[in-house]
Amino acid sequence: MPETVTQMVDSPALAILIGIAGVMGALTFNALFLVWLERKASAWIQRRMGPTEVGPFGVLQTIADMLKLLSKQLITPKHIDKPLYHIAPVLVFVPVVAATSLFPFDEHIALSNLDIGLVLVFAFGGLGIVGIFMAGWGSNNKYALLGAMRSVAQNISYEIPLILSALSVVLMVNTMGGPETNGMNLAQVAQMQHDKGYWFVLVQPVAALIYFIAALAETNRAPFDIPEAESELIAGFHTEYSGMRFALFFFAEYANMFIVAMVATVLFFGGWSGPVLPGPAWFFIKTYGIVFAMMWIRWTFPRLRFDQLMSFCWMILIPLSILNLLVTAFIARAV
Amino acid sequence: MLEEIRDEGAATGERYVLNMGPQHPSMHGVLRLRLELIGEEIQEAEAVIGYAHRAHEKMAENRTWPMFLPNTSRVDYLSGMIYNLAYCQAVEKMLEIEVPERAEYIRIIAGELNRISSHLLWLGTYVMDIGGLTPFLYAWDDREQVLNILERITGSRLTYSYGRFGGLTMDVDDVFIKQTQVFLERMKGRLVEYDKLVRQNVIFIKRSEGVGIIDAETCRRYGVTGPNLRAAGVAYDVRKDEPYGIYDRFDFEVPTLTTADSLARYDIRIREIEESLKIVGQALRDLPEGPIMPDKPKKKFKPAAGETYFAVEAARGHFGMYLVSDGSETPFKIKLRTPSFSNLAAMPEVLRKTMVADIIAIVGSIDIVLPEIDR
Repeated sequence: MPETVTQMVDSPALAILIGIAGVMGALTFNALFLVWLERKASAWIQRRMGPTEVGPFGVLQTIADMLKLLSKQLITPKHIDKPLYHIAPVLVFVPVVAATSLFPFDEHIALSNLDIGLVLVFAFGGLGIVGIFMAGWGSNNKYALLGAMRSVAQNISYEIPLILSALSVVLMVNTMGGPETNGMNLAQVAQMQHDKGYWFVLVQPVAALIYFIAALAETNRAPFDIPEAESELIAGFHTEYSGMRFALFFFAEYANMFIVAMVATVLFFGGWSGPVLPGPAWFFIKTYGIVFAMMWIRWTFPRLRFDQLMSFCWMILIPLSILNLLVTAFIARAV
Repeated sequence: MLEEIRDEGAATGERYVLNMGPQHPSMHGVLRLRLELIGEEIQEAEAVIGYAHRAHEKMAENRTWPMFLPNTSRVDYLSGMIYNLAYCQAVEKMLEIEVPERAEYIRIIAGELNRISSHLLWLGTYVMDIGGLTPFLYAWDDREQVLNILERITGSRLTYSYGRFGGLTMDVDDVFIKQTQVFLERMKGRLVEYDKLVRQNVIFIKRSEGVGIIDAETCRRYGVTGPNLRAAGVAYDVRKDEPYGIYDRFDFEVPTLTTADSLARYDIRIREIEESLKIVGQALRDLPEGPIMPDKPKKKFKPAAGETYFAVEAARGHFGMYLVSDGSETPFKIKLRTPSFSNLAAMPEVLRKTMVADIIAIVGSIDIVLPEIDR
């Protein structure tokens, strides 16, 4: 089982500090890298150059952008709901940091190793929606409110297939591993795939597919980017945010992508397990591979309409994920 | 105005007013839609226009007939060539000027290339309206080829003043013919690519099929023309029904569909690109040698008092020019009948009881150009 920071460092206060600094640093670097990757990937798909000027292949472009956002004036519109408006960006951002600290990057490294890791990840994921709705409501802008309304409906709906598909894996792990195993523990899920020698995507392909689709919707990515559909709602819930406040939403979006991709890596693609290369390398290769697939989809497909999105979730995804869970349960019982 | 709108929203409670445009990132040009909504469903829609009014018709009354020529391509900047040539042809009809054969052929080529570029731009923006960002850049790339070809012979990329009364400013050469042939070849492959990337996409079909139906009866009442009318099953095309120039010499079809939805409008425009490519190919094949201007071009003239009406098929539909002369060097009145104005007029009826997400898609699908509406 992985050693956590709390076990490695004597003082608990120091451990927390190291953990927060580590996660924040990793997330910042990750967001900067992902934005650059998104711009390069979209440019490649659209036969453009993408950023080229700042640094080699434009890698420093996102750093320049971040500095620009940091130095920009924070515009506060009139007639807003002040507390909601100001707390919202923070409330969107903090759960993301908390959720990131729960992952096993390697056989031996993890910030925290909790028995209910999976539950916490989804719980923190669900918390972000509160911030989004506060932003939409507090902005005193009809577009922002429409975006927030859509966002709430969408995220609550898509959380159901997301969790149900993850649950099939948990069920399977618990049955296969005997009484000692805990399928909610992310490290144990990865460990089991390593021991068995195959990835769970092979035994749970339907769950993996449902998870991927629902994850796209959870992170508000195209073709489900309805809450911020720029051709209809300008920028959706964050229309009235500028400067660093906007950057926090932006940051949270990319961090969320990273989190759902990490969950997919652990649940379906064997986590850190893989030949030759060290564990963290495999973990990040797989995660970024999934993130790249999400980008690829964004730059290829048009956007669904809101009612189509909801009916797709309730009529197709949820029944299918329940069915998948039932089948898993029966097979697990039989075997 | 703002206060009034706020009050209305407050008074009715559930029903609220949303102003879309004129400053909205994906509204076409400076159109403003005043929407009354319950939730996301539109109860009433009103198009507020006039934000790009430049008084082209009034300008015409203050300058001589030739001086109005550069104005024409600025009315609809996306099919400027067609508008520019239409004005030349209208004046030629008024003055009964003979146009040399070669000029007639080049006019056909330039006009049809312009129509292709306009339809390509529509394709890109329409798919972008429903959220697909990549096809836009592909269409833009193709359009760029047309602009390069036209830039070489006219000197401008968007607002052409290529026509003259009786002919054209510049002749074309072998390079132009070669470039155009290369473009025709290229487009054949590209249309297949668009079919795979856009037309066969499930989400695209879901977003377009049965959305924004403008049936033939509605078209008739509002005077909707162009691809929008042909998508409703009416085979009306000025090039076929009242052939102008030398369009009667070419072999092309007027595609029609009956479903009248956004998907049909997409299909019609793609097939019109194919037909235009056919026309350009035929014109290049038959292009005769000879002069491109009459021996004695008219520079200063005073048309006899009277009126002339001349119509062409612009990229967006029936474009008519009504010229009134009082016998002086300046027009007494030039009335422009622009297609998008009528096409937009049908929108309040079409938008009723649709979703917010479909507004942009439907308004995008009828292909409006705001400066052409406001003039």
